[in-house]
Amino acid sequence: MPKFSDLLVPAPLRKTPKPGEAGVPNQPAPQDLKTDPPRRPTDHERLGQQALEAPTEGLAWVDQRLAASGFLTGMLYRKVPKGTNWFYTLGSAALFAFIVQAVTGVFLAMFYTPSTTQAYTSIAHINNDVFLGQLVHGMHKWGASVMVILVFLHMGRTFFFGAYKYPRELNWVIGVVILILTMTMAFTGYLLPFDQRSYWASIVGININGTGPIVGPYLSDFLRAGPELGATTLSRFYAIHMLLVPGALIALIGAHLYLVVKLGTTAPPWTKVDKPRVAEPTANLDAGVSSGNGYRPGGAGTIAGVQLETTDNDGMGPA
Amino acid sequence: MKPADKQAYLEEYEVLKKKGKPFFPYAVLKDSTMALIVVGVIIAMSLILGAEQGPKADPTTTTYVPRPEWYFFFLFEVLRVIKPPELVPVATIGIPTVCMVLLLLLPFYDRGPERRPERRPLATTAGILTILAMGYLTYAGATSGSPTEVDMKVAPEYKPGAEVIASSGCLACHKLGENGNNGPGPELTHIGARIPRAAIIRSIEIGPSIMPSFRELPQKKLNEIADFLSSLN
Repeated sequence: MPKFSDLLVPAPLRKTPKPGEAGVPNQPAPQDLKTDPPRRPTDHERLGQQALEAPTEGLAWVDQRLAASGFLTGMLYRKVPKGTNWFYTLGSAALFAFIVQAVTGVFLAMFYTPSTTQAYTSIAHINNDVFLGQLVHGMHKWGASVMVILVFLHMGRTFFFGAYKYPRELNWVIGVVILILTMTMAFTGYLLPFDQRSYWASIVGININGTGPIVGPYLSDFLRAGPELGATTLSRFYAIHMLLVPGALIALIGAHLYLVVKLGTTAPPWTKVDKPRVAEPTANLDAGVSSGNGYRPGGAGTIAGVQLETTDNDGMGPA
Repeated sequence: MKPADKQAYLEEYEVLKKKGKPFFPYAVLKDSTMALIVVGVIIAMSLILGAEQGPKADPTTTTYVPRPEWYFFFLFEVLRVIKPPELVPVATIGIPTVCMVLLLLLPFYDRGPERRPERRPLATTAGILTILAMGYLTYAGATSGSPTEVDMKVAPEYKPGAEVIASSGCLACHKLGENGNNGPGPELTHIGARIPRAAIIRSIEIGPSIMPSFRELPQKKLNEIADFLSSLN
């Protein structure tokens, strides 16, 4: 009985059973076409056939214009290296936390008013009156903590696995900028509920910025947007929190993911390579997405080809 | 990393990749499981911990002591520990900026080919020490005595005065020993040696310059503060 996940791999990529194994005859049965002439399909069958092909043709029409199928299959069926384990889910977990923040943030923005007179009452309205309002508000509030933790854990994994080294240096740099922007989100979002805690914590935060050398006073003036923390500060924090930084974050996460797909994820540094199998020195940077490399129907002639290893290499130790 | 090391890495990576599994469905299954856990944890936290509002922001209060969100506690603690005014910019902007630049440029100064943490003793030690330091600072920031307490040796007869000072928000603008902010108000650590008791009371009642008046304080509390402050010399 094959595993469910194996069934999701298209046939050309599946490990081809060796002759003699279950279900594969040693010799292909000879076909004698003369004994059974092909029957002409009836109109009914032809219509059925056309109906079955309609979605495929529709997709083909779209793909002829987008030319995306090569990229998509290359991305979906690209190989992740041997030894990939649960530590490698931290990045996507951080991404999902970001998605939760984005979605809950949109719903909060529908009810929130960034003015000093109404901010507090609009949050109270969300909490007390809006359907599921307190749940969504709580998810946004605690999702921030979860996202900060996951981003740090993901960075820790990258650091200790040496995954920031050649050729992935730039992706580390992008990741650090994403970390800084995540902390900016946390800081600017903190003022928005406009209760005592957020008000005074923001004053302290702005004053801390102000003590910095040279740019400090300008930065705190910019953040405060006036002599006192007030209406202009709130709307400025709101714009930074829901337009400026999220836009930058989405762009940087896109670049981060592009490089992940392009360069491939690292294997855990302990994963062993069996030396004799190095038969084809086909080192190629764009092994991931470009068609051709790493995504070849396994057949006669390809060494190691594209075969599915059914053994699990989930442990952290040498696999 | 020498060109030969780079070539060797790419070749090794190519082999590891060939022996791996397709992203879909294997990695996608793991990632989706993790996504469900993440969303589940966030929903559970929202349901259990809620999103209660504090009291409405009031710029006129003088007693509220701000505390940041927990992930800024480490920064908060650095600020709390570093007291000399000339070092404050170093603590507030200097240390975080240097750390961020070091973090950003990590791949450009750590260029060795070795990736196993146990064979990169310097990097691994630095990483673990950084985590321990941030963990300790976060813990210290979280458990640091409530800022509404004056943390200094006070003779028992002056304790009530110290408590009134701590709970009246004086420390938002005045430094008192190791407590409170240095400015905009003058330091109170040795205030008793500089001005007499009567002047202290008058200052509290009038509120000179930008200081608010604390005329509403009951006479008893006012006397307690004055006793305490004039004892500081």
